[in-house]
Amino acid sequence: MSLSLFIEQSLNGVQLGVMLFLMAAGLTLVFGIMNLINLAHGSLYMAGAFFAAAFIKLTGSFVLAVLLALPAAAIVGAFVEWAVLRRFYSRGHLDQVLVTFGLILVFNDVVRMIWGVVPVPLPPPDALAGSVHLFEGVFYPAFRLAILAVGALVALALYFVVSHTRVGMWIRAGASNRPMASALGVDVELVFSLVFSAGAALAGLAGLMAGPITAVQVGMGEPILILALVVTVIGGIGSIRGAFVAALIIGIGDTFGRVLLPPALGSMVIFMLMAAILAWRPKGLFPVHG
Amino acid sequence: MKASIRIAAMATVGAGALFAASSAFAQAPIKIGFISSMSGPEGVIGRDLKDAFDLAIKTGGGKMGGRPVEIVYGDDQVKPDVGRQVADKMLDSDKVQIVTGINFSNVLLAVVKPVLDSGAFYISLNAGPSVLAGKQCNPHLFSVGFQNDNNFEGLGKYLKDKGVKKVYFLAPNYPAGKDMLTGFKRYFQGQMDAEIFTAMGQLDYSAEIAQLRAAKPEAVVMFYPGGMGINFVKQYAQAGLMSQIPLYTGPGTVDQTTLPAIGDAALGMYTGAMWSEFLDNPASKKFYADFEAAYNRIPSQYAAQAYDTARVIQAAVDSIGGKIEDKAAFQKALENVKFDSVRGNFKFNTNHFPIQDYYLVQVEKDGKGRLVSALKEKIMSNLADAYAGDCSMK
Repeated sequence: MSLSLFIEQSLNGVQLGVMLFLMAAGLTLVFGIMNLINLAHGSLYMAGAFFAAAFIKLTGSFVLAVLLALPAAAIVGAFVEWAVLRRFYSRGHLDQVLVTFGLILVFNDVVRMIWGVVPVPLPPPDALAGSVHLFEGVFYPAFRLAILAVGALVALALYFVVSHTRVGMWIRAGASNRPMASALGVDVELVFSLVFSAGAALAGLAGLMAGPITAVQVGMGEPILILALVVTVIGGIGSIRGAFVAALIIGIGDTFGRVLLPPALGSMVIFMLMAAILAWRPKGLFPVHG
Repeated sequence: MKASIRIAAMATVGAGALFAASSAFAQAPIKIGFISSMSGPEGVIGRDLKDAFDLAIKTGGGKMGGRPVEIVYGDDQVKPDVGRQVADKMLDSDKVQIVTGINFSNVLLAVVKPVLDSGAFYISLNAGPSVLAGKQCNPHLFSVGFQNDNNFEGLGKYLKDKGVKKVYFLAPNYPAGKDMLTGFKRYFQGQMDAEIFTAMGQLDYSAEIAQLRAAKPEAVVMFYPGGMGINFVKQYAQAGLMSQIPLYTGPGTVDQTTLPAIGDAALGMYTGAMWSEFLDNPASKKFYADFEAAYNRIPSQYAAQAYDTARVIQAAVDSIGGKIEDKAAFQKALENVKFDSVRGNFKFNTNHFPIQDYYLVQVEKDGKGRLVSALKEKIMSNLADAYAGDCSMK
């Protein structure tokens, strides 16, 4: 492997990692803070992509579509939290798995009813449709650079909010000791609603950023949900920092695994990494709950 | 002895029905079980198959050989076990006489045995795994679509004739992917730069595309049906490779089930196909016009296969006056079926798989700005599959 190819593949690995981070960040927030297993996170990812596709058709502008699709995904998330999931915070994980699995089926059929069975187009903005000449011998798709930038921005923003704001303090308190935070006067219900909507918006963002490079179709959220769950578990449930590090490890590991190993082994790299890391640190890289 | 008694009995019943003009026998419906992938991401394929099949039945007046046609639909969810359950129910309680519709080879392999064991016919409209064309061929099994290797055999021959030396091949790691590569190499016979197999359902191909660019092949040949194809083609175009290295593919990858989603990124791609919406024959033109009028969209190759399958059944049943209970006669009628295929040239080989022509099509825009598969040239004439010799048809 030449140096330029190695650099390009590293970039691919980091970019895949960033993409997974966008998806896992919302999942780990909801899982860690609200103790809610939300399998329907992938459905919110799908919703983000379909909303963006619809708004692009309506407005003709990718940026405008993003600005409209994010709140739309957040609103769908808030509605689901208010209508259904609120009743399941105190129930066991199995009940949560069942109800959110049911939500996946409902979401898929609602999307099919509205948009039909044919996958829908979600083109990248014209300015980012081609590839950029980075340096000698390395061309890189412009839209993937945009994903890198968005992922880095989201990571920084989340870091700032969680570590340096009052809301962030509540979130950290809620994540490490729920009853105590509640006893100290944190409005847990409000925090939960906010966190769930933010998680939904993050999933929507991941979906609409993935849309231009993958198929926007019914059921698109399920394969990525599995990867996001792996990232969440490796990173330590509830830890944004853990999700970021784990996503990069998975992204880079998967990319080089696919290139360097035989196919059957290459597609197992992610899960071998997970097994190895969990054997070493059973609570993940950055455990939140003592 | 037993069989001949049965046939004699049937002939008697049949003759009796004819002479006595008893309407009860003639009016009993012909029951067809249609199992396909109707839900999930692959639901788009099932919809095209079902719509085209229904269209052909409707065009035939809803009757075959004077008997009404009753179709029982089932959803296999792309799962072999689910397909098997659906088939068992159709055979036991609906008493279907013909089963068809399955698009995925792995589902077909699970369903075909119980169907044939029960004495029903299976008439495949898409999946054509090599085992069923060879050692496990069956008198009651017909394939109207193709044998899995065929489309890629056409591509292999085309690239060889073109003088292409270095080819990079990619496909998902499952039986049909291997069949396609086998078919391609059978006629290409040149140097393969790489044979890459990726995980089923893979989303991101950036790593594979970077490797491919570095290898500098003269042509890339890939088989990624459904959503995988959408992912791959979008990413290939965004990497700026569409104008640098020509991209070739086979059935179900870049057609009317995926083109609306891929968009302009697919412009310029080549597909080895047995049908194009621009094929110049009356049956194809009628099919295209009727399908567009009924469903307001362009039919895919899947739809063309389903349409032909229904018409094969129709023509065979018509030719024996609707008496499909006489299985030997029905088998014979199918083997010698005469109908105007939308593909033009079509006949069954000794293993009940098609002998037909293959074409090269390219994605272009039509007058209305829609993406279509424009017909470029015929690349294979009267291609039979390589497995017919292994079939003893017992």
